[in-house]
Amino acid sequence: MDRSSRRKFLSLACRWSILGLGAAPVLSSIFSGCKTLEMLAESGPSFQIGDMVVDTKAMAKETLVVTNSVEDFTPEQEYYIGRTVGAMILQKYKPYDNPKADRYINVMGQMLAQASDCPETYGGYHFLIQESDEINAFAAPGGFIFMTRGMLRCCPQEDAVAAVLAHEIGHVQYKHGLRAIKQSRVTSALTALAIKGAKNHGDEDLAELAKTFEGSISDITKTLIVNGYSRSFENQADLAAISILQRTGYNPNGLVTMLNQMKTRLKPGSQDFAATHPSPDSRLADIQQYIGKYSTVKSPQARQARFKASLGKI
Amino acid sequence: MQKMMSIQVKKSAVRSSPSFLGKIVTHLNYGDRVAVQNAKGSWYFIDGSKGKTEGWMHSSSLSLKKIVLNPGASDVKQAASSDEITLAGKGFNKQVENDFKSKNPQVDFMWINKMEKITISQNQIQSFIKEGQLSPTGGK
Repeated sequence: MDRSSRRKFLSLACRWSILGLGAAPVLSSIFSGCKTLEMLAESGPSFQIGDMVVDTKAMAKETLVVTNSVEDFTPEQEYYIGRTVGAMILQKYKPYDNPKADRYINVMGQMLAQASDCPETYGGYHFLIQESDEINAFAAPGGFIFMTRGMLRCCPQEDAVAAVLAHEIGHVQYKHGLRAIKQSRVTSALTALAIKGAKNHGDEDLAELAKTFEGSISDITKTLIVNGYSRSFENQADLAAISILQRTGYNPNGLVTMLNQMKTRLKPGSQDFAATHPSPDSRLADIQQYIGKYSTVKSPQARQARFKASLGKI
Repeated sequence: MQKMMSIQVKKSAVRSSPSFLGKIVTHLNYGDRVAVQNAKGSWYFIDGSKGKTEGWMHSSSLSLKKIVLNPGASDVKQAASSDEITLAGKGFNKQVENDFKSKNPQVDFMWINKMEKITISQNQIQSFIKEGQLSPTGGK
């Protein structure tokens, strides 16, 4: 693709993006995940969409100039967003405060995160159980992951707990939290930063950044607690979970077991998982396309024993 | 051809093989520069100090940009006109978090700090895999 057609392609992509059509979703799904544009430029010289050959190296460079996307936040900035989103989630859903159970899910969670497509985040992955009886789980950007006792009660064995954690790791891997930030705020944050990138901000810069930060936290928290992600994001996280479970040697049917349990426990019209997630049935249908017919999860005795010892009284 | 990259996370593992099951030989820190010599899937074989620190790192810990840890005025000027430099601590940072905390004193960060203090060693993970009779197949 020569320079002028490349520009034309990018300009069209931007226009489609404004209209919410075509190229932008295609590009964002190609670029989603932990892989940044610069990594993409590394991976190969070109790819094809229809009869159009796209020069990835040049496009990655130019896209960075043309648009500001959540991919442009550094892992360090993602970490600070995640810390505050996590603190906001804990405002509503208080910690359970059970060191033994927390340690168990942290060892398991670390292992699962290491097997994901995004094993390294700025501050690493951290997991915490929340007191609530509601069925819910949350992933804040950068790897702060939370799940309620109500959610863990949907898990009759370790493979099902692993499925819950792996699904949340999937949301982190695909930066779904950051994608909830309004584009105007992303642009405002990254444009201001590109020009005035000082470590210690002056009063005026700080006031502007602080306002954008607060808005971004509100966008993400509202999506996590009130509105929920789109079905396609949930599907992406489920697929990431299946792949993580397979890589670590868990039975991916742990996810099916958990969803089946959830179906029997969810209260229609409640404010929890039912309000923010697609129905278990629709998720089950999507999942089974990938892992085939359900087979009962048989946990080895030692695995079941440690699960019971850590979460048996949850 | 060798390509220079930077560690973009606080601390990252260097492993003996291109998999999360690979033994950790050392760790590198935010801003450290490495020479990438080879790639396998999402894993890069790197040299961190002229042959003394060699091993595999996951691409999620690496950036093509040079990361300036304590940027001065000239770095800021250079960063404004270049997309090859990242200034550590810019943008959403500790200072912005502190500003948020002062305006929202009811939001408690105690448990977030506590979460970050839980550290899990590679030995604990290995024992967890063994005890649970898990047979990992490795990553991408």
